[in-house]
Amino acid sequence: MSESKVLLANADVAGIESLAVYERHGGYRALKKGITQMTAAEVAQAVLDSGLRGRGGAGFPTGRKWSFLPNDGRPRILVCNADEGEPGTFKDHYLIHRLPHLLVEGMILSAYAIGAPRAFIYLRGEFLQGYELLEQAMAEATAAGYLGEHILGTDYALDLQLYRGAGAYICGEETALLDSLEGRRGIPRMKPPFPATAGLYGLPTVVNNVETLCAVVPIVEHGGAWFKSMGTEKSPGTKIYSMSGSLQRPGNYEFEMGVKLSDLIEAAGGLLPGRSFKAVVPGGASAAYLTGEHIDIAMDYDTLAQSGTMLGSGGVIVLDDSVCIVSFTRRAMEFFRHESCGKCTPCREGTLWMDQVLSRLELGQGTEADLNLLLDLSDNIAGRTFCAFGDAAVAMVASSVRLFRQEYVDHFTHQGCPLLRERVG
Amino acid sequence: MTEALRQHCESIKAAYPEAQSALIPILHALQDTYGYVTPQAVEEAAELMAMTPAEVEGVVSFYTLFHRQAKGRFHIQVCDNLSCRLRGADQLVAHLAERWRLEPGAASPDGLFSLERVECLAACGYAPVAQVNLRYYYHLTPEKADQVLGGLADGEEARGERI
Ligand SMILES: Cc1cc2nc3c(=O)[nH]c(=O)nc-3n(C[C@H](O)[C@H](O)[C@H](O)COP(=O)(O)O)c2cc1C
Ligand code: SF4
Ligand code: FES
Repeated sequence: MSESKVLLANADVAGIESLAVYERHGGYRALKKGITQMTAAEVAQAVLDSGLRGRGGAGFPTGRKWSFLPNDGRPRILVCNADEGEPGTFKDHYLIHRLPHLLVEGMILSAYAIGAPRAFIYLRGEFLQGYELLEQAMAEATAAGYLGEHILGTDYALDLQLYRGAGAYICGEETALLDSLEGRRGIPRMKPPFPATAGLYGLPTVVNNVETLCAVVPIVEHGGAWFKSMGTEKSPGTKIYSMSGSLQRPGNYEFEMGVKLSDLIEAAGGLLPGRSFKAVVPGGASAAYLTGEHIDIAMDYDTLAQSGTMLGSGGVIVLDDSVCIVSFTRRAMEFFRHESCGKCTPCREGTLWMDQVLSRLELGQGTEADLNLLLDLSDNIAGRTFCAFGDAAVAMVASSVRLFRQEYVDHFTHQGCPLLRERVG
Repeated sequence: MTEALRQHCESIKAAYPEAQSALIPILHALQDTYGYVTPQAVEEAAELMAMTPAEVEGVVSFYTLFHRQAKGRFHIQVCDNLSCRLRGADQLVAHLAERWRLEPGAASPDGLFSLERVECLAACGYAPVAQVNLRYYYHLTPEKADQVLGGLADGEEARGERI
């Protein structure tokens, strides 16, 4: 199977970050079509028909999310989630830095569709270069009449603002993001109410991922049915897979949903020379491991969920035979311990405890009982935390104990990492 | 606080539909001016935002990009999360310690560089990755790190790379 570049069709064109080059490659054609030839409801219908599912991790159908906005006359707000921080995921980074106008066009079309006069792009604080590129793109779009007052001579006006966070993975969770955007610590909110009814400043709000909003552009240009004809029935369209780890050509690859894992690995040049496949984390650090048994698995939401893991953000981390699962998993837990917002006890205490247990296991000081303790702790965190971070934090650990139990055992029987010993000699 | 900085902060406040949203952008602006979030910056932000300093502290302490002590002129953030580890982040950190005498959490005696290990920078396919003053550098082998840091030591600016 070969790549199907839709969002990334022009990603390699020199100068594509400028308006002139973007327009020369068909940029803002969808905007003209959407705003001057279609009603807002028709644009929203196209997105509903496309079956597009949110690319931020949860895979919720975008058109349906938009339809939850109440018709109560209050002004609506569109927020783009550009807080990308899920280890292994770097597609939004790529879209923003390569195709800033695609995101701006997608924002304007989506805001038009939901009838929002105001929109924000919440960028993680580290995306300073992305901020500058988007600032430039927005200025160009405004000068060209695509953004601001009387867009394309119509009565539609949009106030689009950029916002930089300041470093906190949890701000990717949409309600924590809203708190951060309101100038507070980024702590998840109680749901319900959902952002659709009470989001930013208490107003009806839609939060969508960067890739989701970018996908709205080709959907409006070519129609919902066209998008839906690609991918699988339940996961339509194309998806950008972020391929990293032990690969010869790591990078972002866009394929139709349901592409085989083995095809993705092949597209990314295959494993590093002399190395063989050991495992993969298919959807960022929040997803459970898969082993060689699943090398041909279809990379879509439903197939991965049925196999006990998830597509998540589409961050595929490939591990070769030289990688120590215990050490790798411990590092993932260190991340979650560090990023827990501390609001609820199972997550705050649980990630700390699991990090300690994994650390002693890595050093060869663990015991068989520790392995059961890890599974026990996972059970007590998953499904019992205030936000979805808890489930995310335990997925790699729990699956590592199930799939690689012997590797843990080898650590405490050899008082250390057997792989490390082999390498040091 | 200079009059220009105050006006800049007031214009940030005016840009948001609700002024509270201006706190984080104002803290960024103050940090950019003073080098880090100084006690004075906290007082100033509190006054601008009509908040108590303790409330401002609460926000500042939540976010890793707000620093509470002086950094080097070039602050280097090396990602040592999963994908970067698979591609040599540890070797990069070891090299920065050996060749450049940089230790995580500290600034060099001449104040030129400081180093911090950070979580995933969302550029995992171009590992190992680091930022200098929030500008990206990709595929940072030890040799390339020497080139980049050498250039900065010779007076270049941290411009970062385009992806
Ligand atoms: C801990 C956590 C971190 C998240 N991080 C991100 C993120 O960085 N970017 C993102 O778009 N969604 C992230 N999400 C998902 C958002 O909460 C939300 O579902 C998403 O932004 C909705 O957009 P979508 O429907 O277009 O996917 C995260 C969720 C959780 C629980
Ligand atoms: S699960 Fe973790 S991140 Fe989510 S609210 Fe609880 S402590 Fe915070
Ligand atoms: S793991 Fe280093 S940038 Fe993501």
